[in-house]
Amino acid sequence: MMARKVLALNGDEAAAYAVKQCKPDVIAAYPITPQTIIVERLSDFVADGELDAEFISAESEHSALSACIGASAMGARTYTATASQGLALMYEMLFVASSFRLPIVMSVANRALNSPLNIWNDMSDTMGARDCGWIQIYNENAQEVYDFTIQSFRIAEDHRVLLPVMVCHDGFVVSHSTEGVETLSDSEVDSFLPPRTPVYPLDVENPVTIGCVGVPEYYPEIKYQQEVATKKSIQTIKEIINEFNESFGRNYDIIEKYQMDGAEVALLTIGSASGTAKDAVDEMRAEGKPVGLLKLRLFRPLPVEDLRKALSGLKAVGVIDRHISFGSMGGALNMEVRAALYEMRERPHVMGFPAGLGGRDIRVEHFIKITEELLRIAERDVLEEDYRVVGCRGPGCIGP
Amino acid sequence: MKTWEEVPFAGYILEPGNAESYRTGDWRSRQKPVINQEKCTFCLLCWIYCPDGAITRRESKVEIDYYHCKGCGICAYECPSGAIRMKSEAEEA
Amino acid sequence: MRGMVEVRFHGRGGQGVVTASRLLAEAALLEGKKVQSFPAFGAEREGAPIRAFTRLSDTLIRVRSQIYTPDVVVVLDPTVIRAENVTEGLKDNGWLIVNTAREPGELKKELGTKAKVATVNATSIALELLGAPRVNTPILGTLVKSTQLVTLDSVISVVNSTFKGKVAEANVKAVERAYREAKIEEV
Ligand code: SF4
Ligand code: SF4
Repeated sequence: MMARKVLALNGDEAAAYAVKQCKPDVIAAYPITPQTIIVERLSDFVADGELDAEFISAESEHSALSACIGASAMGARTYTATASQGLALMYEMLFVASSFRLPIVMSVANRALNSPLNIWNDMSDTMGARDCGWIQIYNENAQEVYDFTIQSFRIAEDHRVLLPVMVCHDGFVVSHSTEGVETLSDSEVDSFLPPRTPVYPLDVENPVTIGCVGVPEYYPEIKYQQEVATKKSIQTIKEIINEFNESFGRNYDIIEKYQMDGAEVALLTIGSASGTAKDAVDEMRAEGKPVGLLKLRLFRPLPVEDLRKALSGLKAVGVIDRHISFGSMGGALNMEVRAALYEMRERPHVMGFPAGLGGRDIRVEHFIKITEELLRIAERDVLEEDYRVVGCRGPGCIGP
Repeated sequence: MKTWEEVPFAGYILEPGNAESYRTGDWRSRQKPVINQEKCTFCLLCWIYCPDGAITRRESKVEIDYYHCKGCGICAYECPSGAIRMKSEAEEA
Repeated sequence: MRGMVEVRFHGRGGQGVVTASRLLAEAALLEGKKVQSFPAFGAEREGAPIRAFTRLSDTLIRVRSQIYTPDVVVVLDPTVIRAENVTEGLKDNGWLIVNTAREPGELKKELGTKAKVATVNATSIALELLGAPRVNTPILGTLVKSTQLVTLDSVISVVNSTFKGKVAEANVKAVERAYREAKIEEV
């Protein structure tokens, strides 16, 4: 294996560097904290001639994604990035991109939504966009951001998939944290990611019509076709991750298992909280507590079968969401995990722990408290609450 | 009708120009345009204005394609020479 | 401590607190360490007290919370001591590095910390060599002299790769001088 450069990059820089190596034809974006660094770096790369791409500074996120849709329909490798209110403004076009089956890759530096105005991290933005038909990949650190940005283009453009991908990292916690990132050489990226071969590009020589009316006599057939493609993409995503692992000596999976041997209770995490939670698991294990952790990387499509397999045999699971789905059972991940397990004969108790809202720091101590609660639930074999918010002062919450 | 496996990819229309096979003329229920060729100066405004492309040019003559004309009357309204008259379909029937 | 060293930087917006944190991380990265450097994610305003954090370790760093029990506290602006409790959570066997003309012993007494104290007049060094009170590079000279977290050479090569030409030269000089002029509490 050739020597690879380890660069000091924060999460946003890691995304930008990976995108540069993926050689997109078109980048259309609008800067928004905490994604700004990505857009700044990419516009520098283009201005300095290091990246030969059409860089469109759009006047809004809605326009940015619209431009991406047009470019991708033409057959271009297309990239954008956003966060929070920006993603919200894109909302209607998100459905168009996925329904057109356009392999756009979009980085999201996860940030809370107003109000109160908050520039800090949580996952209200992408979790709110979970039903838009995009693949969603969540990353723990800058290394994963780098590696999965590259893989996202492969996944999106694979002819068995042809779906847009949101590749997400926690705002500030990852986007603005500098770490050592082992980068691949340009030729390694080239060999893993060949140029895009579009299936039905807009082409005057071979005209096609995209975006016509779908009357009730056809709409369900077209949508079910999309649903089948989305579900089937899980298998392709696994294959692509395996190929990446084998090519570059990584060890990724759509659900990562940590200290699960002999575990009776487990934390199910997503994104950067996973790292802090692993340190808590180590502390609990050092005290002889049977605690493990599962990190979910792929939230859309949800790997339902894999989740069932991974969680079976446990007594209690604590699901760490980083947002609240108001008026239901905590966060979306908690609700979906519970739904996935419902028909299992032997299933663990599942409790939700929405944590780290609007940039509230999540600490090892929080996870210790959560695992202690899970051990109590396992011991008594009863669950009294569907969820409890973590990192919030006042009754009914685990604070501060 | 086609199943989800048979409908084209993402509902794209892969066959160019197939709108022609869609007989929008069937929607015409009240009135239809009729051209008085004697008054017509071949200015082609009707040809430009017709939202359905239902006016065809043939050498120095414009003709209505009743398979696609929806009977909106725009051509008659725009014709500067008063060469197009909207005739009631009932008159015809 | 899981073989990890945690450093907390205090200063004011516009003083390069975040840069100091990142330069330290990059120097450690050169030495093959695992690193993490991040600001306390506030809305940055010129003059407002701000913090940045650096973690250094021989093994993968996973924890991503802010730093509450630092091994080292670095204060870039002596007036911040009035605005913030800079020694909060500082370990007894840790280090407090302060940009000030005062003596380490005096400061130690005033702050009532058990940690070892080192001081340097980084502001005067910066004004003289850099023409502006940018103390983020010189303070690193004093930091490495006292804590030996990374070598002086690593800091110098990072400074050289971060800045260009004359600016890099002046910054290296500032680092070296703050290394030499560090006043370190006798232990
Ligand atoms: S009536 Fe309307 S649709 Fe028919 S030819 Fe005239 S403009 Fe076209
Ligand atoms: S607008 Fe009237 S005059 Fe002109 S081409 Fe049409 S029918 Fe003839």
